[in-house]
Amino acid sequence: MKMKVLPAEKRPNRRAMIGIVCVLIFLILITLYIVGASMNELLFEPDFSQKLLPPTMKHPFGTDFLGRDMFARTIKGLSLSMFIGATASGAAAVIALIVGIVAALGKTWLDHFLNWVIDLTMGIPHTVLLILIAIATGRGITGLIIGISLTHWTGIARIIRGEVLQIRSRRYITASRKLGKSRLWVAVRHILPHMIPQFFIGLVLQFPHAIMHESGLTFLGYGMPPETPAIGIILSESMRYLSAGMWWLAFFPGAALAIVVLLIDKLGESLKLALDPASAQE
Amino acid sequence: MLIEAKNIKFGYSKSKPVINGVNFAADEGERVALVGPSGCGKSTLSQILAGCLNPQSGEVLFENKPLPRKGFCPAQLIYQHPEQAINPRLRLNATLREAWTPDAVFLDEIGIAPEWLNRYPAELSGGELQRFCVARALAPQTRFIIADEMSTMLDVITQAQIWELMLRQIERRGLGLLVVTHSTELAARVCSRIVRFESLTRQGRSTAV
Repeated sequence: MKMKVLPAEKRPNRRAMIGIVCVLIFLILITLYIVGASMNELLFEPDFSQKLLPPTMKHPFGTDFLGRDMFARTIKGLSLSMFIGATASGAAAVIALIVGIVAALGKTWLDHFLNWVIDLTMGIPHTVLLILIAIATGRGITGLIIGISLTHWTGIARIIRGEVLQIRSRRYITASRKLGKSRLWVAVRHILPHMIPQFFIGLVLQFPHAIMHESGLTFLGYGMPPETPAIGIILSESMRYLSAGMWWLAFFPGAALAIVVLLIDKLGESLKLALDPASAQE
Repeated sequence: MLIEAKNIKFGYSKSKPVINGVNFAADEGERVALVGPSGCGKSTLSQILAGCLNPQSGEVLFENKPLPRKGFCPAQLIYQHPEQAINPRLRLNATLREAWTPDAVFLDEIGIAPEWLNRYPAELSGGELQRFCVARALAPQTRFIIADEMSTMLDVITQAQIWELMLRQIERRGLGLLVVTHSTELAARVCSRIVRFESLTRQGRSTAV
């Protein structure tokens, strides 16, 4: 059979396809979040007659040592982790973006000061600073979010700032200034568009990091209370049962987390492509 | 005198000046060519005249007042590489609007097709992009245009086209023009006066062609 080649104007625009993929992934993640966040807590009540059951039709992810349904706990945990991950990495990326804009404005002393703050933050061991901030801001979810965002902005800020310093010396920046545009205008219209891809990549890369720190901190006892159905807690609990052959306790929640992280990664990648002017008309 | 550079000294490091004691002046509506060997400081001088670089000593006067540091610069520079002078992440419409909003007649005269406005710089050729740089520099507030090897990287036909389009506008509005070039043919064709860069260090004015 011969392939029919559509004329260029009838072929779907690649950018439109990427847009559809973005919307689809976004919808999946949002649905998952809403289902988890609005879930009735009775669905994973302890039931000691149903302890440590392998996956069945009734409990597709099995049950744990208190007889709680792991499927419901995983969904609930994913939504909680997604919330913490999104908020913390979002806040971190926004801080980094502000640092980038300050660098773009060309106030040297302010830029040097922020660079010093970056060095200071990076110089203190991650976990120690995270624990200190999390305790100081009242533990629980708020403490975790503040702690993670205040320790994770430095990497993205470095990348964005480097990008800005490079862009700032470009000819079109000088040209724009000589066309009478203010520093702020140039920073927002010319330099900001160059920061957006770094912003999204940083956001996406920080997301699994944030979830891991959430679970790590909780495991150490500085995070959320142990009965919270967070993925981190579920995974650290399951470690004790793995050697007894209860694989489903770690496998399903871990796989679900990996799928969510991959989806977010795909979302970031698609956004990057959609924002790239070189591919706009393809 | 429309634009005047007095005793300019500039260097990229403090101890080694690239140009020293340079004087230059051009009148309203005058078309001057600046020639000289590679690396003698022609481009540096044009950037100083356009206010893109600040001289270490000396001053640039525009209509006997110092060249404004802020706001629209009445002396506009057109670079050799248009793809470096246009932000690759903005549509060309936005790049043009940054300077002014030309009407359809002007765009037609300068040789910009309306459909180019909606494209990104990567989707146009060098010659097409250079037209945008020319159009941008020809904003209503511009009084003096500095073309730094503006057409060097273009083929002969495009060169001729761009110069013709630009000269028509410059003539109509009585703008001043400084052409930095290696081509004596171009200098003789376009300009009323040719200045050798070496002569600038001694005296501002030079012999007419």
